[in-house]
Amino acid sequence: MSRAALLVLADGRFPAGGHAHSGGAEAAVRAGRITGAGELAEFCRGRLHTTGLVSAALAASAALGMDPAGLDAAADARTPSPALRGAARRLGRQLLRAARATWPSAELDALARDFPKGAHQPVVLGLAARAAGLGAADAAYCSAYESVGGAASATVRLLSLDPLDATGVLARLAPEVDLVVDRAVAAAREALAEGPETLPGASAPLLEILAETHAASPARLFAS
Amino acid sequence: MTAAVTATARIHARPDGRGGTALPVLAGEGPLAPRRTRGTAGEASVVLVGAMSGPLGGDRLRVETEVAEGARLRVGSAAATLALPGRHQDEARYDVRLTVADGGELRWLPEQLISAGGSDLYVTTRADLAARARLVLREEQVLGRTGEEPGRLTSRLTVRIAGRCVLDQELSCGPGAPGGWDGPAVLAGHRAVGQIVVVRPEFAPHPPAARVCPAGAAVLPLAGPAVLLTAVAPDALQLRRALDEALAALG
Repeated sequence: MSRAALLVLADGRFPAGGHAHSGGAEAAVRAGRITGAGELAEFCRGRLHTTGLVSAALAASAALGMDPAGLDAAADARTPSPALRGAARRLGRQLLRAARATWPSAELDALARDFPKGAHQPVVLGLAARAAGLGAADAAYCSAYESVGGAASATVRLLSLDPLDATGVLARLAPEVDLVVDRAVAAAREALAEGPETLPGASAPLLEILAETHAASPARLFAS
Repeated sequence: MTAAVTATARIHARPDGRGGTALPVLAGEGPLAPRRTRGTAGEASVVLVGAMSGPLGGDRLRVETEVAEGARLRVGSAAATLALPGRHQDEARYDVRLTVADGGELRWLPEQLISAGGSDLYVTTRADLAARARLVLREEQVLGRTGEEPGRLTSRLTVRIAGRCVLDQELSCGPGAPGGWDGPAVLAGHRAVGQIVVVRPEFAPHPPAARVCPAGAAVLPLAGPAVLLTAVAPDALQLRRALDEALAALG
């Protein structure tokens, strides 16, 4: 595997559309629940251990070669908010376009054919990692880090938060990202043997509720 | 020292042949005592009576409910379930297994589960429905008694329709839960959290629109003929109000 390929895939400049999404941070800022770096850290920590873990496990499973259709259905069952399912598929479609141009592969072509409206982003991410010659842990790292990185950079724009504070939040979460990746990869290996239903289902009720509030809001900076 | 309890309650409902629902199996054990109460035309009603306080640490409680083709059953509970610390260090388990056949209907409407300080409980609720089964399933959790820090509570809810999983969610809270559970992404200091799953075959062609109701519950149409109503609230009363409002709005 090429370690540089991991940097390309994880780079915020990789043209996969993630910058248009705040991971629920915009809705939390509007609800007055994030007003500074301390609350941002708790927000990111909560995201990391819920939707971050689920996404990382899905990405790791796809990187191990599990059937993408089964993983996509598992992602649906773990994403009750239709606004978040829609956002995940739009992000998946954009990532797939970028990944196919970067690392052409028959598996990515098949995914585009089978999911014309887009598959869940973590599933695409796992297959993109696979096409790039990366492994399950690499895919899980991309996904887990992205689950907090997007929210942190969005909060910098939303609150005019000092970027150094936001980066500090992410750096202090690093040991927990490692933990979540370990759990995600272990869960993916179990799912490979037992089926996708054993994947984690950790949920965050407020992310689901606020996603619907946000989707109905006429004036928003970020798509989700 | 009291021993940890392992107990299973079983409830089977089937049509009685006269337009009503019979309960050929209604069996309790230990702290789990199902009692038949006055139902309505066509629908049998059962109340789970907690004969002992529980579940305590180390307990293994299980409720199995089967609703046969064409039967209608409502299950409630006489009071809230209180998870308490036990003398046994290991977690307590509470497993609910619900099966509903085609044309059957189950309304599973227990009172709240209260996670008392120092308790450690893992709850799993799994509903397996046939393609044309109907379900209303409520679960409400209250974190701590008044003014009390909660115990550790993990709850997993899985709903399958015609073998396909449409909902699989786990919520972990309290001391020792993964970080951020009380932060702005998950509960934000709210002490009551709950959901109602509604499954109706007619949702397949006509799913209700996603929205957030005035009292704060979100209406979330799932990827299947099912809707999740979900809410967080400061207390049990406001949670019930929010969920009831969202359920009533489904019609």
